[in-house]
Amino acid sequence: MSGFVATADAIVVGGGLHGCSAALHLARAGVRAIVLEKNYVGRHASGVNAGGVRTLSRHEAEVPLALAALDMWYAIGELVDDDCGFESNGQVRIAEDERDAAALKAREARMRGLGYAHERWIDAAELLARVPAIAPHCLGGLLAERDGAADPYRTTAAFRRKAEALGQRIHEGVRVERVQRVGNAWSVATDQGAFGARALVNCAGAWADRICAALGEPVPLEPIAPMMMVTLRLPPFLQPVVLGAARPLSFKQTGAGTVLIGGGRRARVDRDAETTKLDFRELAASARTVCDLFPIMRSAVVNRAWAGIEARMPDDIPVISRSSTTRDAYHAFGFSAHGFELGPIVGRIVAELVTTGGTPLPIAPFAIERFGPR
Amino acid sequence: MTIDERYDVAVVGAGAAGLAAASECARAGVATLLLDEQPSPGGQIYRSITTTPLADRRVLGSDYWYGEALVREFERAGAAYAPRSTVWAVTPEGGGFEAGVSSDGAARLVAVKRVILATGALERPFPIPGWTLPGVMMAGAAQILLKSSGLLPRGRIVLAGSGPLLYLLAAQLVRTDTRIERLLDTTPPARWRVAARHAFAFAVSPYLAKGLGLLREARRAARIVEHVEHLEALGDRRLSRVRYMAKGRSEEIIADLLLLHQGVVPNINLASAIGCAQRWDASQLAFIPVVDEWGASSVPGVSIAGDGAGIAGARAAEARGRLAGLHAACALGRLDPAERDRRARTSRSELARQARGRAFIDTLYRPAEPLRLPQGDTIVCRCEEITARQILDTVKLGCIGPNQMKSFLRCGMGPCQGRFCGLTVTELIAKARGVPPAEVGYYRLRFPVKPVTLGEIAALPQTEASVQAVARLAKSED
Repeated sequence: MSGFVATADAIVVGGGLHGCSAALHLARAGVRAIVLEKNYVGRHASGVNAGGVRTLSRHEAEVPLALAALDMWYAIGELVDDDCGFESNGQVRIAEDERDAAALKAREARMRGLGYAHERWIDAAELLARVPAIAPHCLGGLLAERDGAADPYRTTAAFRRKAEALGQRIHEGVRVERVQRVGNAWSVATDQGAFGARALVNCAGAWADRICAALGEPVPLEPIAPMMMVTLRLPPFLQPVVLGAARPLSFKQTGAGTVLIGGGRRARVDRDAETTKLDFRELAASARTVCDLFPIMRSAVVNRAWAGIEARMPDDIPVISRSSTTRDAYHAFGFSAHGFELGPIVGRIVAELVTTGGTPLPIAPFAIERFGPR
Repeated sequence: MTIDERYDVAVVGAGAAGLAAASECARAGVATLLLDEQPSPGGQIYRSITTTPLADRRVLGSDYWYGEALVREFERAGAAYAPRSTVWAVTPEGGGFEAGVSSDGAARLVAVKRVILATGALERPFPIPGWTLPGVMMAGAAQILLKSSGLLPRGRIVLAGSGPLLYLLAAQLVRTDTRIERLLDTTPPARWRVAARHAFAFAVSPYLAKGLGLLREARRAARIVEHVEHLEALGDRRLSRVRYMAKGRSEEIIADLLLLHQGVVPNINLASAIGCAQRWDASQLAFIPVVDEWGASSVPGVSIAGDGAGIAGARAAEARGRLAGLHAACALGRLDPAERDRRARTSRSELARQARGRAFIDTLYRPAEPLRLPQGDTIVCRCEEITARQILDTVKLGCIGPNQMKSFLRCGMGPCQGRFCGLTVTELIAKARGVPPAEVGYYRLRFPVKPVTLGEIAALPQTEASVQAVARLAKSED
């Protein structure tokens, strides 16, 4: 193909975790890929999220993918030559009152009914044993013992490095402007020239809907910016990751001793300016939840707050499927603030779709068709 | 003091620029709030001017006591004053801004239409081997102790570095009969030739007489060693010796206290987190906010005055503060442009007067590269104890800028929020990559720009939306 800066078997749009994971797994399947990233790898949601490696409380459709991904996390060093800072001390969702407890127990029953045993109700005594700093009014929680947390930027960078080591090319600072079919292949126009490939993979995160629109399959993607806070170091007091039940919260202490506070409260976002504006009243609500659950945190010092730019779908589950309109096009986006743990498996699913047209994992709920007839 | 919920203008910082800006605003009828971290006004140059225990005015000198007039003017002008108040965020809200403030341990949000940042300057980092040993301090810190508490250093004192503040401190210590072992001047010899280009301007500026006077005083009582290269602080668990090179020879002297200084740079953290555009200034070797002749930044409604907009000293800071205050009053409709320009005339000529000779000082005292760019095991990021070698190794791994550096090494993620390490990291990366610092950029700064406790944030008022969010979430669990 002439007139192209470079060509490959596949072009992946988006150098976040899912794009780099796709590139890595495509390499393992013998498919040469180019990744086009408009900023730098891990610049947005992938590099700045809470790092939760979580199977707990997933939407039912995500559970089989999350469990398969967790097995990959336990062997992440072999996959990407880096342990990614992955530590497993479990994740637990707290019940503050009887209503919470009833809901969490019902969830445990439902999971068992579906054949999954990864979530277990624990009572107040076991909760206190595992989380000694928790406020005494808590009645128990739902525990996923094998869950944990990792370093998001380090993980994304590791997937990138391994993909490159296996021969893939990552182009940073290259902004995709247009995608179009030319004959039997794709021509992707960017601000640095055109790239060509047989297959197109859309991992463009909060900007992925634009590629969908170009393919004639628009989706109702909402750019969101969930806010995080990090404190100065504290002496170790917390091992598992703690999630709130009725009140949104995600709370963990890193190996360095700093405490990461998330939970999904949102900043204002401008996805074209690529800026976010923090909402301190919303952060105050997160702060109150933390202080209610962990009274010792009142004197913890917040050193930084930020918000990453992420994509949310209206049903809070991603799009992982082949294009419904165009051959040789594939989507993996819209992870709705919980895509980090799925990174390793989604790349493998993408590679399976590209090479065989299908995947053994149940991805029907993630089809792009659910957003309307074409 | 009670802070109201809203004002027309918030001025952040009660130094020369902030006091002048708040006075001009308030006099023009603008509802003005001056916020400052310290318990009393004066910033750094006029630090503790209303409370200093140093009764003998000759010690700190007439340039310092000039600041009293600024404070009196402010007290008469009619602005509200919030001491012991730290501004940790300024976010756009409803056409104006909301300032996140911590005052006496409680956080609150104050609504304002316009903001004037007068957050002044910081001492430039001085990363020499051993600079984190107990017994090594920045000279500016020693000067603050002198001004605020009348404390004098004891023992074998060594001053090292370059720049007017170092000589000023030396003179002030001499006036208190404090013995200085040595003043190690790191101004390189070649620099005088380069600076000579600006010598005429310097000669007709206010600085010459002042500077010569200080040098004379300092020389009377301290042994000055010129053209010092390579400084090292040595000691087991605290400073015991200082090693330096001068005239090709290595010297080692016993020392109890080493006071370092190689200039001041704008404190850009709040301006940068707000989104005000910055540019790399190759002569001041620092990032400077981009402002117009009234101090207006790239963010509409936010102005920057004083050393925080570029180092030019106290009198220039006062002039720029007045200009920013007048501009804000005009923008709010309290002054027509003709009146604003009329009131601005004195400040404009003072600014021009102070600018004359500034180029000479900037060129002469430009800190030498080996003292700005450490090597090997010398610590760069003090909060996380990251060395120069670790930073350079990370550049070799492909890290292209300070923001990626944060993720690789935690460099810049500590409580100082980059104040101690930012410039060093940017310049180290630039040198290793062979590109200008402007291309490397600076840490992306985020609120809160001063650490604030979770309990304080928790005490902020709740929004209706967040109440709804909880109700929604509870419903979805069914």
